[in-house]
Amino acid sequence: MDNLYRDFILEHYKRPHNKGTLDPHDLHFADSNPTCGDEMSMTLVLDPSRTAIADVAFDGRGCAISQASASILTDGLRGQSLDEVRAMDPKDLLEELGVPIGPARLKCALLSYKVLQGAVQGGEVAWPAEAEAEAVG
Amino acid sequence: MAVEPALKPLVPGGFSGTVLRSDFAVFDRPTRSGKRLVFLDAAASSPKPRSVVDAMSDAYSHHYANVHRGIYELSEDATTRFEAARGKVAAFIGAPSKREIVFVRNATEAINLVAYSWGRTNLKAGDRMVTTQLEHHANIVPWQQLTQEVGATLDYVAITDDGRLDLDDLRAKLAMGPKLLAVAAVSNALGTINPLSEIIAMAHEAGALVLVDAAQAAPHMPIDVAALGCDFLVLSGHKMLGPSGIGALWGRRELLDAMPPFMTGGSMIIKVTMEGAEWNEVPAKFEAGTPAIVEAIGLGAAIDYLTNLGMDNVREHEKYLFEHAWAALAEIPGLRLFGPADSAIHAGVISFWLDDAHPHDVATVFDNEGVAVRAGHHCAQPVMLRYDIPATTRASFYVYNDLDDIDALTSAIRATQTLFAD
Repeated sequence: MDNLYRDFILEHYKRPHNKGTLDPHDLHFADSNPTCGDEMSMTLVLDPSRTAIADVAFDGRGCAISQASASILTDGLRGQSLDEVRAMDPKDLLEELGVPIGPARLKCALLSYKVLQGAVQGGEVAWPAEAEAEAVG
Repeated sequence: MAVEPALKPLVPGGFSGTVLRSDFAVFDRPTRSGKRLVFLDAAASSPKPRSVVDAMSDAYSHHYANVHRGIYELSEDATTRFEAARGKVAAFIGAPSKREIVFVRNATEAINLVAYSWGRTNLKAGDRMVTTQLEHHANIVPWQQLTQEVGATLDYVAITDDGRLDLDDLRAKLAMGPKLLAVAAVSNALGTINPLSEIIAMAHEAGALVLVDAAQAAPHMPIDVAALGCDFLVLSGHKMLGPSGIGALWGRRELLDAMPPFMTGGSMIIKVTMEGAEWNEVPAKFEAGTPAIVEAIGLGAAIDYLTNLGMDNVREHEKYLFEHAWAALAEIPGLRLFGPADSAIHAGVISFWLDDAHPHDVATVFDNEGVAVRAGHHCAQPVMLRYDIPATTRASFYVYNDLDDIDALTSAIRATQTLFAD
């Protein structure tokens, strides 16, 4: 647990990067974590070729894990092509968080991934298999 | 030799939670934090005393056969023990007859049984029924399904700022002539103890039947359906020291007699021909298939354990813990408490919000302190909506808790605040 709340995670939670809403934007999606009801939205602006991400922001309230995950995920998105983002492996995000995520918190860690995929795929996507470890209260 | 203070009963005539912990094997379990387990999540599901586990093991080992079937000694033995458990449930809630006790999986199934059987027979298009914004989803969703299906209207009684049912609003909703009021005895999310006697009298005066969800009350305080005058009451075994997979519906005999079966199959019939079937009497009519025999026996052992402690003592013990915990938490800056402050109408359940940390983070930090609490919406999202919060952290007390556990709770809160302080 001490590892879970490393300074790196807490820093992203207390001062998240890319927080807010881009307006105007090209892509938008919002979703929630069924475990706690936390909601998250993402807005994206595409580059002139409309094949890559020029800017991104996320909004919503949630736990340290979900907020830090969104902050870290969005940091790496500018310049990425939509194809690259669609092919993203959720394991990479879990690895990038760099802390051990227990089964009860996997949806917190992967909510940002799910919202992002909803935005770039044009509709809600299923939770990745990596998140399936808990039931709804 | 002087008696350790923690080994003395918290309230006169009561018991020491510290002493009772030795009745529960789970407290011997080391936590991953290396600290002692401080279990503050009885409202979700309670630990089981050894006596319950032993009774179930004994039943499976030495007294097990199917019930109400075999014409042999072992089946008679199993049937006697299973039916004795039904009698214990009846006595525990003051039911006039054990024939009015229907074994089900849990309170959720009991509510669904009433919604399907009584509801689909008695509620018609244009009718109304009432539940409250304070309920667990189990006492909302079955009624939503029922009213939507038959074209009836479901009204919700509002909650006050301090987490009580708004009785003026209840009066207004009852004035619209509902056929049923479904209401919790105790809120699982806030801990509020509803004024049941008053509510039931109001509902009956308005001509409505009353179903009481006692899932959070039966484990923690005396229940007497005859004195309450309600029409249905439901409970779950797993929240009251018993096993999961067993619960009970109590209903007034004439209501149960008039209701059609919920599920059909074996045991619940008197006679089956190729053309049809005749139903058995209650409670068998509602117990299709082989029941949870050993779970029922386990619930009986849990009731023995609680009865031996005395339900008045259980209530007083938890009231004492609540008062100390509430006073301690009220002094912590940045902590918001929910539900009434008055211990006379607040069970041993404390829901709170910490300004700097999300409840899920709170529960994770607590876990590292060995403190088990629930974080989330507690299957009561309309309550969260009422206070405009996504979730709360909830600490709930039971017989094995003591003042050291309250200290562990407050230390865990301070540890969380330290970690998340900006």
